Amino acid sequence: MSHLLEVQDLKVKFALRFGDLTAIDGISFTLDKGERLGIVGESGAGKSVTGFAIINLLSKPGFIAEGKVLFNGKDISTLPGREMRRLRGNRISMIFQDPMMTLNPVFTIGTQMVETLKAHRNITTREAEKIALEKLRKVHIPSPEKRLDQYPHEFSGGMRQRIIIAISLLNDPAIIIADEPTTALDVTIQAEIMDLLQELCQEEEMGLILITHDLGVVSQVTEKIAVMYAGKIIETGDTQTVVNSPSHPYTQGLIKSLPGALKTGERLYQIPGMMPNLTAIPPGCAFNPRCHLKEEICVKDLPLLKRTEKGIMAACHMI
Amino acid sequence: MPYDIEDMKNNTPILTIKNVVKHFDISGGLLDQLKFKNGRIVREKTTVKAVNDVSLTINKGETLSVVGESGCGKSTLARVVMGLYPPNAGEIYYKEDRIDQLTHKEMLPFRKKMQMIFQDPYASLNPRKTVKQTLEEPLRFHNPKMTRAAIHDKIMSVMKQVGVDPAWSSRYPHEFSGGQRQRISIARALILDPDLIVADEPVSALDVSIQAQILNLLMDAGRDRGLTYLFITHDLSVVEHISTRVAVMYLGTLCELAKTEDLFATPAHPYTRALLSAIPRVGETRPKNIKLKGEVPTPVNLPTGCVFHGRCVYADARCKNEVPKLLKLDTGTFVACHAVEEKRNMD
Amino acid sequence: MKNSIKRFKESYLFYSFKRDKTAMASFVILVIFLLLSLAAPLISPYNPYDAKTTDLMNAEIPPAFMAEGTSEFLLGTDNMGRDLLSTMFYGLRISVLIGLGAVFLQATIGIMVGLTAGYMGGKVDAVLMRIADIQFSFPYLMVAIFISAIFQLMFGIGSFEQLSVPLLVVIIGLAEWPVYARTIRASVMGEKNKEYVEAARVIGLSRPVIMFRHVLPNTLTSVMVISTIQVANAVMSEAALSFLGLGMPVTMPSLGSLIKSGFEYIFSGVWWITIFPGIFLILFVLVINLLGDWLRDVLNPKLYKG
Repeated sequence: MSHLLEVQDLKVKFALRFGDLTAIDGISFTLDKGERLGIVGESGAGKSVTGFAIINLLSKPGFIAEGKVLFNGKDISTLPGREMRRLRGNRISMIFQDPMMTLNPVFTIGTQMVETLKAHRNITTREAEKIALEKLRKVHIPSPEKRLDQYPHEFSGGMRQRIIIAISLLNDPAIIIADEPTTALDVTIQAEIMDLLQELCQEEEMGLILITHDLGVVSQVTEKIAVMYAGKIIETGDTQTVVNSPSHPYTQGLIKSLPGALKTGERLYQIPGMMPNLTAIPPGCAFNPRCHLKEEICVKDLPLLKRTEKGIMAACHMI
Repeated sequence: MPYDIEDMKNNTPILTIKNVVKHFDISGGLLDQLKFKNGRIVREKTTVKAVNDVSLTINKGETLSVVGESGCGKSTLARVVMGLYPPNAGEIYYKEDRIDQLTHKEMLPFRKKMQMIFQDPYASLNPRKTVKQTLEEPLRFHNPKMTRAAIHDKIMSVMKQVGVDPAWSSRYPHEFSGGQRQRISIARALILDPDLIVADEPVSALDVSIQAQILNLLMDAGRDRGLTYLFITHDLSVVEHISTRVAVMYLGTLCELAKTEDLFATPAHPYTRALLSAIPRVGETRPKNIKLKGEVPTPVNLPTGCVFHGRCVYADARCKNEVPKLLKLDTGTFVACHAVEEKRNMD
Repeated sequence: MKNSIKRFKESYLFYSFKRDKTAMASFVILVIFLLLSLAAPLISPYNPYDAKTTDLMNAEIPPAFMAEGTSEFLLGTDNMGRDLLSTMFYGLRISVLIGLGAVFLQATIGIMVGLTAGYMGGKVDAVLMRIADIQFSFPYLMVAIFISAIFQLMFGIGSFEQLSVPLLVVIIGLAEWPVYARTIRASVMGEKNKEYVEAARVIGLSRPVIMFRHVLPNTLTSVMVISTIQVANAVMSEAALSFLGLGMPVTMPSLGSLIKSGFEYIFSGVWWITIFPGIFLILFVLVINLLGDWLRDVLNPKLYKG
């Protein structure tokens, strides 16, 4: 039985003036029907690039250098532009951080939804409007009939993100990739959006890839997690196991450094230094300069993902 | 102020904010203000009611956090305190001196005592100035007699304290990462040896591991220098970790003011409860937020009565008509809510 | 100094310059033009301003490559018997002088007005920008006709010829400053809400210090971009004014007045007096515009990366 989505040893590079820069260095993961995967990492870890690479929407000078992206068993990383466009927004949808990036300010919500539908399907405007209404209802937008005639600026940030989700649902996609969908929103609205995404995955059996820096959100919404560091997945497995008892020293540090676990005013745990620039990734384990467990082997050899006794995969020599 | 009478005896307030109101006129020129209504042309002004009648005191040595969601007026309040916006009404005192009506020149001695840290580490440093120039400017300006050597020493020691290698003082901001820039921004605030630092979302733009570093730096500096912080943020887990007291704002109004432990253990105001329930915590398996009804109103057309009534499940007719006053509970918490006052069943 | 040279060599500006052949070629041609204008008195075979060296008998000699041409005058002579090549070098010198002078004046007024209007906002902004609008709605030709007419009435034609360079600088400078004022105002309004300006206010710096030391340096990229285009525009304006007889007198010809003086003879087969200065002018303006376009692309903050 093949997976809904299978990423195999994906490498993404950027052709820059001083040579190729590896942004994603051989990552692999799978996503099944109705499964929710969280990709976490700090800025520059390559999590957003991963999302763009899956739908082959890398902006120049980025390109997929190696590896495969199998969707229902078929490699989509090499599809020609036209076929990929048919897949995008149809079978695989993507939601971005800033809703205004996706919504065109000069058209009403209704027009945009109908256009999106008609681009992918051969249906009448009336049928398209019906589908649009149904999807707006699905994302709990009050009085959707009125909303169809409104412009994006007439909505609040939370409502806009709901509309984006409704648009991404239009063609009943198999996978939604959400790239920091709530970073620009307030906590109360974030909670509502996350609730909605989780509900949709359960009801529609959609696969969700949630890309975020927020470990709390990942813990609440996803079943599977992949922690990225400097272009590699360094730990992956069942979400609750990873966030409650992380194996990799980076994940451990990340979770320990969150305020909230300690008493007020106590010094937070801090990982020294910062993530290396992609141009200067240290040899061996990329985390070694910041790691408290560092030994000689960490500088020499690249650690590979290994199964730990907790049943998760981690890439560290010290486990 | 009705509250803090007892607290004031034990603590010396370093900053007192009394009934501050700040409205912004966004209606533009005269032509934009003219509107056609009921067959007549009327002149209508559009104002954003950012801060409405907020009173607070900040005691020496404490960290008071102001939390709330975007548009609640917390950043405006910080800027009013810093004298960046003049308030429309109300008073601001630094210790015993009233500072909201001072001229530019009269304000200068207070500028040395109050400094600010900003949210965006990319916008808060002038891209055309080196670190040294950025740090030198406030020193030179406030201490014209300071010698070149003394200035240099001071810059080096502050850079060391915030954890930026002094050897990099001739570099430009774009050569630094976000976390390092925020350190430089903190250095600029510390270099005048202020007593009070207003920090407007200082860690919101930073990555988790860097956020911990900056929070530690702020806490260490606070302890070493005896600083008082007015901390503006939307991140409640940060608030819980660093503050002595917390003020919760909603649509320009203060809803609740309490000691940090009390606020997180027994939040009184329905909005505070909803806010706390929405924090995503590691280890939770699904969002556990209290659902609010309705939409956030705009600060242009404020609701009547309690600003929260349209979203509150406990609201009744009184909430629609009467603005709730801040009320002191037995725990020492101040809360502005009719439901709490009437002891309505809120479970 | 060494440091900033090194910084420049590693910069994106220099990198994209090296990769853009059009920009490089334009730059080389522009430098040649500027050197020619600077060194005109040294390299010109004749001095066109010296009436003693010109002989009316030599008038309208065709270029050297034509049958009737002589090797004495490489590009022939004009209607007054001056060596065309030398006159063109001197004319270019005047055109460049007026172009740069006018742009300097425009930039000075425009920056002051735009910076003040943008930073102060409110009524000051409204008043200053309305003045700019009014200024802009006067066609500069009309202004030029007015000013030169008044000037000639007041001081006589003799002194007009002596003072024509500063006069043209003033006319073109005054006509175009709103271009700067508007651009600067727009970028000041973007900059003034950035947190570094607030930080400067928190320190207690005075308004002029913040305006000139913090905001202004951050708007200079847009000044650079429009300056190149404005130099080209000013040179063209000067040529147009001179062509209409409102600019440089024939005794001290700029490229524009040379074209004009030749224009009267073009139908009698004496084409070179117009064509050579014309090509010169077009090439000069073209390379400036090409460089300006390149600069605008490179300095566009949306495209600018490191």
